[in-house]
Amino acid sequence: MSETKLEHRFGPYGGQYVPETLMPALAELEAAWLSARVDDAFQAELGRLLRDYAGRPTPLYLAERLSAAAGRTIYLKREDLIHTGAHKINNALGQALLAVRMGKRRIIAETGAGQHGVASATACALLELECVVYMGAEDIRRQAPNVQRMELLGATVVAVEAGARTLKEAVSEAIRDWVTNVADSHYIIGSAVGPAPYPAIVRDLQRCIGDEARAQILEREGRLPQRVIACVGGGSNAIGAFTAFVGDDEVELIGVEAAGEGIESGRHGAPLTAGGRPGVLHGSLSALLQDDEGQIAEAHSISAGLDYPGSGPEHAWLRDSGRATYVAVTDDQALVAFEQTAQLEGIIPALEPAHAIHYALHVPSDSDLDLICLSGRGDKDLAEVLKLLGR
Amino acid sequence: MSGAERIAAAFSGCKGRAALMPYMMGGFPDLETSLAIGNGYADGGADLLELGVPFSDPLADGPVIQSAGSAALASGATLDVVLSVALELSQRLPVVLMCYSNAILARGTERFVGEIASAGVSGLIVPDLPLEEAPATAESCAAAGIAFIGVAAPTSTDQRLAAIGEATQGFLYTVAVAGTTGERGEESNYSEVIARVRKHTSAQVALGFGISTPQQASAAADAGADGVIIGSRLVREASESSSPAEDCQLLVEQFAQALR
Repeated sequence: MSETKLEHRFGPYGGQYVPETLMPALAELEAAWLSARVDDAFQAELGRLLRDYAGRPTPLYLAERLSAAAGRTIYLKREDLIHTGAHKINNALGQALLAVRMGKRRIIAETGAGQHGVASATACALLELECVVYMGAEDIRRQAPNVQRMELLGATVVAVEAGARTLKEAVSEAIRDWVTNVADSHYIIGSAVGPAPYPAIVRDLQRCIGDEARAQILEREGRLPQRVIACVGGGSNAIGAFTAFVGDDEVELIGVEAAGEGIESGRHGAPLTAGGRPGVLHGSLSALLQDDEGQIAEAHSISAGLDYPGSGPEHAWLRDSGRATYVAVTDDQALVAFEQTAQLEGIIPALEPAHAIHYALHVPSDSDLDLICLSGRGDKDLAEVLKLLGR
Repeated sequence: MSGAERIAAAFSGCKGRAALMPYMMGGFPDLETSLAIGNGYADGGADLLELGVPFSDPLADGPVIQSAGSAALASGATLDVVLSVALELSQRLPVVLMCYSNAILARGTERFVGEIASAGVSGLIVPDLPLEEAPATAESCAAAGIAFIGVAAPTSTDQRLAAIGEATQGFLYTVAVAGTTGERGEESNYSEVIARVRKHTSAQVALGFGISTPQQASAAADAGADGVIIGSRLVREASESSSPAEDCQLLVEQFAQALR
């Protein structure tokens, strides 16, 4: 990790499509991360927080009853067991420490499911930083417990009323805040999206998921998994799970997007699966849901964390280069996997990884060893799921 | 006459006073009214016209221009609609198009530039296409005789200002304050912003973002701006007024008066 520059492009994807006002801040951020990631003191502090405060490494769990149901061995990487209940804390702690290093005491974040907002609010409480979280009004409605959590942690949650009032609008509003307050604020983007250097920084901070899981499965099974499966909205847990395995050609990497009401319905959140012309959203060029005029389409998913029309640029390149495969699972299928995981394993998964679990359980495969990233726990989804299941 | 030449002629026609450069959202509130508003700008004393292409996710814009863009899209505005506005208004004054990069990519850069040239557009501003990402678009514009206009920000480093100031065609769009478009009560330090960019460019310096009263426009001109861009204040008038073309023209007249 001694490169003098972070990746700005992944194949043709990525870049920095932002107002000039932000360009110096992106350069400052890149320089800060390049120095922090080789700074022993910074890494020791981040390592200490991840271990003692957040609870890393997370367990790799052999899910025997899911395995029996699938007819193959399934391991779950238990990111649901980490502090705040999802992998988002890995990135939030790292970027909050980086903000302190840059002398920025005000943090901006966006959130869809609320998990990244909670993680950012948590890191800010710990490090005495001011925290403002942008969240679509529709997401505030369907993820109420996380809103209460953020407010208890001292964050200000700002409802975004534009457009479909979900994650896309929340990211746009967070970027606008950053353009306005760039001198004293750092924007902790929650997924592997956004202008360079964000996708590379988020990947660096999330790759602990796959690094740990690779060592754990080698220890347990004496071999690598045949498949690594993770859900993809923007794609931070997936890029975190995949990175350690990218060089292992025999390991199949599968990203599971939200098919919503079905790809053919047009109401989904699966730009990588659906294909189509790449485009620019939130500062980078990647796979995108858009119309012929380049207007960004509204995504749809039962899970707020996958309800996003864009995708991380590194995922678009992993797809085009053939290294990873992207598929999609519908709202109804995710609900089935949500219930199955609860009943078979006593684990209530977030709706996001329920998409990945459904794919592993119900799509036939020759694989005999799957590793699924269980990116978060499902407490936040209970009210919404119970309503949808008519209970 | 190329786009850059037409823009230069408009600045020199101002004979020492600052050029008035009002912004309007193309197709807002609808095609016909937006044409009337543009003609009102021209009648009111505009020297150049900035014409926005509505976009679903405009990162550089505050609430007024965002919602005008959404409303224009809802009323059926497309790039073709906006270019029909450009075609008519460019008969009267130079038109500079303001368009986000995804709309350009969607059309294909070459084709996009060809179409805006055919519509009589003189210059192009792309608020989310900084210097590093701009070369392909800038080259297409140069080949088609369109001025590709650079954007300087208060946060730009000297090194970046030098490169932006060197590359820009037509004029240098100078952002007065860090932030999105929108009305602001205070006059920020216009002289400092202008003096700083002047050191790095020989282009005309047009100041925008937050200039919303004739007093602020006059202060910007006194601070040395070659052009003053008025956006959200006029777009708000267009959205609130019951006779938008007339009321926008009255406002433009007041701004023009302040610059005389």
